[in-house]
Amino acid sequence: MYETKYHKAGSLDNATSLMGSADDGKYLGGGMTLIPTMKQRLAAPSDLVDLGGIADLQGISTDGSTLTIGAGVTHAEVAGSSDVQGAIPALAALASHIGDPHVRNCGTLGGSIANNDPAADYPAAVLALGATIKTNSREITAGDFFNGMFETSLSDDEIIVSVSFPIPEKAGYAKFPNPASRYAMAGVFAASTSDGPRVAVTGAGQDGVYREDAMEAALSADWSPAAASGVDVSADDLMSDIHGTSDYRANLVKVMAGRAVEAAG
Amino acid sequence: MSEGIGARVTRKEDKRFITGHGRYTDDIVEQNQTYAAFVRSPHAHAEILSIDRDAAKAMPGVIDVLDGKQLTGDGIGNIICGWTVNSKDGTPMAMGAWSALATQYVRYVGDAVVIVVAETQDQAREAAEAVVIDYKELPAVVSAVEALQDGAPQLHPEAPNNQIFDWEIGDEAPTDEAIAGAAHVVEMDFTNNRLSPNPMEPRSAIATYNAIEEHYTLYTTSQNPHVARLILSAFYQVAPEHKLRVIAPDVGGGFGSKIYVYPEEIACLWASMKTNGSVKWTSDRTEAFLTDAHGRDHVSTAKIGFDKDYKIVGLKVDTIANLGAYMSLFSSATPTYLYATLLSGQYNIANIHANVCTVYTNTVPVDAYRGAGRPEASFLIERLIETSARQLGISPVELRRKNFVTEFPHQTPVIMAYDTGDFEAHLSDAMKAADWDGIAARKAEAESRGKLRGIGMSCYIEACGIAPSAAVGSLGAGVGLWESAEVRVNPVGTIEILTGSHSHGQGHETTFAQLVCDRFGLPIDNVQVIHGDTDKVQFGMGTYGSRSGAVGMSAIAKALDKVEAKAKKIAAHLMEADEGDIVIENGEVKVAGTDKVLGWHEVCLAAYMAHNLPEGMEPGLKEGAFYDPANFTFPSGTYICEVEVDPETGTTDIVQFTAVDDFGVIINPMIVEGQVHGGLAQGIGQAMLEHAIYDDNGQLLTASYMDYCMPRADNLPSFTIGHTTTACPSNPLGIKGCGEAGAIGSPPAIINAITDAIGNNNLSMPATPQKVWAAYNAASTKQAAE
Repeated sequence: MYETKYHKAGSLDNATSLMGSADDGKYLGGGMTLIPTMKQRLAAPSDLVDLGGIADLQGISTDGSTLTIGAGVTHAEVAGSSDVQGAIPALAALASHIGDPHVRNCGTLGGSIANNDPAADYPAAVLALGATIKTNSREITAGDFFNGMFETSLSDDEIIVSVSFPIPEKAGYAKFPNPASRYAMAGVFAASTSDGPRVAVTGAGQDGVYREDAMEAALSADWSPAAASGVDVSADDLMSDIHGTSDYRANLVKVMAGRAVEAAG
Repeated sequence: MSEGIGARVTRKEDKRFITGHGRYTDDIVEQNQTYAAFVRSPHAHAEILSIDRDAAKAMPGVIDVLDGKQLTGDGIGNIICGWTVNSKDGTPMAMGAWSALATQYVRYVGDAVVIVVAETQDQAREAAEAVVIDYKELPAVVSAVEALQDGAPQLHPEAPNNQIFDWEIGDEAPTDEAIAGAAHVVEMDFTNNRLSPNPMEPRSAIATYNAIEEHYTLYTTSQNPHVARLILSAFYQVAPEHKLRVIAPDVGGGFGSKIYVYPEEIACLWASMKTNGSVKWTSDRTEAFLTDAHGRDHVSTAKIGFDKDYKIVGLKVDTIANLGAYMSLFSSATPTYLYATLLSGQYNIANIHANVCTVYTNTVPVDAYRGAGRPEASFLIERLIETSARQLGISPVELRRKNFVTEFPHQTPVIMAYDTGDFEAHLSDAMKAADWDGIAARKAEAESRGKLRGIGMSCYIEACGIAPSAAVGSLGAGVGLWESAEVRVNPVGTIEILTGSHSHGQGHETTFAQLVCDRFGLPIDNVQVIHGDTDKVQFGMGTYGSRSGAVGMSAIAKALDKVEAKAKKIAAHLMEADEGDIVIENGEVKVAGTDKVLGWHEVCLAAYMAHNLPEGMEPGLKEGAFYDPANFTFPSGTYICEVEVDPETGTTDIVQFTAVDDFGVIINPMIVEGQVHGGLAQGIGQAMLEHAIYDDNGQLLTASYMDYCMPRADNLPSFTIGHTTTACPSNPLGIKGCGEAGAIGSPPAIINAITDAIGNNNLSMPATPQKVWAAYNAASTKQAAE
């Protein structure tokens, strides 16, 4: 790891001002991606501004129609939260299968979606549930937030404060993990919402998380596993690598979609 | 005796390992410790045009920046392969020059070019990034088959067409004739996937030079510190043997990859002299993927002929083995004498011919990895037998039984003479334990859940404890393959065993001590096992090839014989009895049939007091032995794998795995089970998960755990393990060896099971979900078309 300056921010304002005075600073959430990247000498921020001490980023609350989770809440907290389990059990289940216990106890919701790894789990839930991302300066809808692999609409000094998930009628998530990394090779989050069915796919798309429109249409006509898995998925825009061809991923998207709908009930 | 041979004694060494008190090389810090970092080639093949070290030398904390021209200029010799294998036409093997630091060409990504020594590890790494090397990139080749083709990039001037040797074993003409006249012939192609060894502890070295004494000390992650010292001294001219101490302290796994002397140890030793200090280097995981010798990487075709009664009449094999960019220490032996000599499997085959062509490619060197040659042989023969059974419409069990060797000793046509075994015994035990006959019902039940169930077996035989020295010498080995031991009895009766074997996870501190408990009835806590230090241990050939039990413990047993004989002489003298009437048991030395008795410690004390010894006897009680085995040992077994495949995704679950092995006499069943579990995990890894992949430009795509799939707990079933026993006749303990069997026997059983489940025999390792899914769909599509 290259030398870096570590700062622990006490508030959002403190964090942005620390970032403002850094040469080439990076915000640090749970550090589950950034720290290993730095250890491999692939990232060399001059300053690390740790957001872990900011009270505004903590907490889980629900008002009956919306579930709001602080950006600094860990995957383990989401998985174990009775509020999440009651409002959106699929989200708690998703969080309980991210990485390993170490990752789940350090990694955060905000860190995950700000990184927007094309194989991360959370982006699928955020997009499928039509969540709203609240930052220190604005609110961004999920559809506007994710801009392709590792790209989001966040500006460099912008900090995610919380994510608000409209509570769906029902939802389910199924993923096929990469045998080596255990990231999703295809992860499908299917939700039946007040706006109709929404289906988002992670791990498979060349541009990161995306909505599978044809599946949404099929589910709108018939909310059933067979309807979801019966949709033709084109391999054209899907990733192909040593772990799986785009054809295989297209198959996985169909199969996982069926299983997600089945899990949703 | 509860702690003797056959007892499930918990491991003495686990107290320190489990509590985090193991002392590995990287835990050691010498006075004024400095740190090394290597500048490595980013290219698979390139010419070094220039090296600019100035900027790096000016960096903070940098002590020196050294390159290959300086190293060779100081007379440091090239790295050699220690086993000579010549081509069938008599041409010597083509060993390309390999300098610890490349001087003119780099030949794989990770090839070391410059060593930087600095006051801290970070400073060394940062300075390494400041070394400017101008390369002229050259075309690269990573596939052994492609490397042999016309127009392929050439790696070494010594090796035209990249061929190292073209070797054969067995008689070709009678084999061809037998197959030509066979009633049934089955042909098959094989690829044995390339693997990264992945010991938990990465390689590490600390070299310290003492200018006053002109003496070097090397701490290193070695499976064989004496062999390392011998090679460093005799071939690399780093230091004379008596001025070089090599210590391999706690070592966290090796699997073969820590047998070899690597460029880093040589460069650190040399740099310690150049900087007159202590230089430490520890590989990070990326360097481990790039530079630890890989395993396997064979491409083969095979043809087997049967007579009308399904008796095998001939087997012909053609193998191309990828040895990477340079010849590693035992790289020539692995795909020849450790592979083709086992192609007879458990079967009586009158005619075998194998041709093995070894090839240079722009990849990290390939050498022995858990099993070393025998997994390649067992995969080939056990997949071929299974496939033959399927094609000929005969039960795979029947086909094996018809061809089993049943009389011993059995001379195969490929050097090996099997000394003992009972193949039917472990076959029937395994079939019973796995409920082989009940598979139809389980398949039907799985089908009702939408799953495809399959079963497959493998009847492996392997060879451990390579020996005897004279025989392996005649086959080209550059070392003898005996082992040494010293049994040092202290005046108070406690015992130290100094062994040339090296434990890097095998539990020698426990099992070796059990031999003493068994012999004298002493508590295990009274025995200390010492290994891994050339200043302490007389000599040793180290631990690999599952040799520590059969060879290392036999040496201890021989030394114990001598100690026992002398102790009996002393006791007979003290108790005025006949030497032949002395019995040693439960820590007591008795005269049989009388009430005369001395404590073991009293006899030991008498040996050292020397007040009253038999006339002419030297004082003390310490004996050494060198043991050179008369033959290899031949563990064998039957493995049965049962799988369930999800046809929608290709995900394969191993629902049951049964392993019944004949390891001969077992010293500690718990440790043997642990060895089998670990071997099976690595076999499952090779069969289903692991694959080291280079792209066409020679970049390693699987250089981290994000892409290289290691077996994890949830990939493994709860194993069913059993044993049958035929004692090995060629060593005093009857031991055969258990360290590699799991990795040798399991891959073919797994692939036989998966191919049975999906109804398509065309499936290569690793059988990833994608490959299984594709193979299943290909079979279903074909079936639908028919």
